[in-house]
Amino acid sequence: METLAFLIRRVGQAVMVMLIISLIGFSIQDNLGDPLRELVGQSVSEAEREALRDRMGLNDPFFVQYARFLGNAVQGDLGTSYFFKKPALEVILRKFPATFELVLAATLIIVLVSVPAGIFCAIKPKHIGARLIMGLSIVGISIPVFLTAIFSIYLFSIELGWMPSFGRGDVVELGWWNTGFLTGDGLEHLVLPAFALSSIMLPLFIRLIRGEMMEVMRTEYVRFAQAKGLHPRRVLFVHALRNTLLPVITVGGVQIGTLIAYTILTETVFQWPGMGFLFLEAVNRVDTPLIIAYIIIVGLIFVITNTIVDLIYTYVNPMVRISGVKG
Amino acid sequence: MSTLQRVWDSNFAYQFRRDPVAICSALVLLAFVLAALLAPWIAPQNPYDPLQLDLMNSKEPPAFGGQGNPDFPLGTDDQGRDLLSAILYGTGISLLIGIFAVMLQAVIGVSIGLVAGYMGGRVDSFFMRLADIQLSLSTLMVAIIALAVFQAAFGPQRYEDLAIFMLIVVIGIAEWPQYARTVRASVLAEREKEYVDAARVIGLSRARIMFRHILPNALTPILVISTVQVANAIVSEAALSFLGLGMPVTTPSLGSLIRSGFEFIFSGQWWITTFPSVVLIVLILAFNLLGDWLRDALNPKLYKET
Repeated sequence: METLAFLIRRVGQAVMVMLIISLIGFSIQDNLGDPLRELVGQSVSEAEREALRDRMGLNDPFFVQYARFLGNAVQGDLGTSYFFKKPALEVILRKFPATFELVLAATLIIVLVSVPAGIFCAIKPKHIGARLIMGLSIVGISIPVFLTAIFSIYLFSIELGWMPSFGRGDVVELGWWNTGFLTGDGLEHLVLPAFALSSIMLPLFIRLIRGEMMEVMRTEYVRFAQAKGLHPRRVLFVHALRNTLLPVITVGGVQIGTLIAYTILTETVFQWPGMGFLFLEAVNRVDTPLIIAYIIIVGLIFVITNTIVDLIYTYVNPMVRISGVKG
Repeated sequence: MSTLQRVWDSNFAYQFRRDPVAICSALVLLAFVLAALLAPWIAPQNPYDPLQLDLMNSKEPPAFGGQGNPDFPLGTDDQGRDLLSAILYGTGISLLIGIFAVMLQAVIGVSIGLVAGYMGGRVDSFFMRLADIQLSLSTLMVAIIALAVFQAAFGPQRYEDLAIFMLIVVIGIAEWPQYARTVRASVLAEREKEYVDAARVIGLSRARIMFRHILPNALTPILVISTVQVANAIVSEAALSFLGLGMPVTTPSLGSLIRSGFEFIFSGQWWITTFPSVVLIVLILAFNLLGDWLRDALNPKLYKET
């Protein structure tokens, strides 16, 4: 029962956030550029313009227009891109697989590296390797993601010539999806961007997991498990690790927005044909429908992933379910 | 005993003197601030003055390589601008934006944090919910979208004049939850103490209790996060300028210098991007290391463990 109530509250919140984002999107549309000029150009007389405005409903009150915008948006109509002359939603979704695969690859790197590295640094804090990792992590946090990207291009593509420097390489079409995971060329193109994108989160998660692990290792129940004579590995991975992962899930949820923002930077440097790159192009061309479509799609992705993260969190942490308060 | 002597003898100063990393980062920061302040006098050229730029000098390699022009120790960019001068001025712009943005963050965040923590109840849960949403949207995302919309609305020409102001405002507003949360946490602890009750009993106003009595006791954590916040603000500014949403190339910050050099690394002019990048990384690293040290030195909980 509590789970259901929690679910309803969470979904209600998600809908609220989406409404706010759509309101922002709509006010942008309302204030940025004149849709009429894009349609008819300069040569049409003022009277005809006014008639057209009336017919298109541009003279209606703000909330009537907003309701219409919302109604269209729910049906998947976010306007037509000025530049591509195609529905903005279609243009954006066409680029979605590229960004998704980049984020997926980066997330894999983050999880596969930060968990072992964090645990290692927590259980052997004096070890030379642990000190090295901690030292490198503060350097890593201080290097902005676009510089990691630029220097990895400079080193691996220009100087050494090992890696391709831009684009996605060969992709395989699977219905509306296209993937670079299935060709060697596509995977090769993915390495540097995914590494660059993960580089900024990696130190953060290593430090977080290390900190949590050290704290959990001092708790009574872990000491008891150790005193009972359980195998150290069992204590570590079965008893301690589970509770370490709780805050990691929360922080992971908070970092999703940041990760999406960093895709814009990474895609710009590598000219990766994803949504972030498209968005910056749209900004330079003042392609308003595309800008709004991007904001709404990204907002939707962000709200959905955050809701899922919260639900997972409730699932793995019974304390939240009982008290209903996130602890 | 003089104030100076007291500061020198304090535990805080003692810890500082004993930590070479802290001393180094403080010295590096001091050097950067001095270099940026003295830029008009020590820079070989005024990089903002188009009359001093000569396209004939464009893309000169650094002088120490043996093939460059000794007038330009770090080489020149594609406009013929002396890179050393541009970096000195650019560091100033980056620091200026970083520090002012953090001051704005602190003003907004501290006020909201004080009010939310002291009033509690609905006010508190409203602001904290807002902070949650704002934080998870991420500063960079909010800043990119806001600046993109402003740029599209003003047009690139007018935007260039407003860029420095817009950057400060956007980065300043986007990061307020960091301060609000920190201050709220200390206010919640302070609120229960007797001196607050005493102040309330003698009939002081709420605002006075919050700003004059509670705030001074909540200053330490504010100080601790401020150093790291300046580093974050500088990174955000550089990222935004790199995307072309920040400072224009005519009055470059470190980020816009990196941007202007990026297209040339493919044709071998590595120095235009590399030198500003190195300066940016060292600057941020120094802020982060100092912030880390400050957190350890001022946090009594960690103090006991080491």
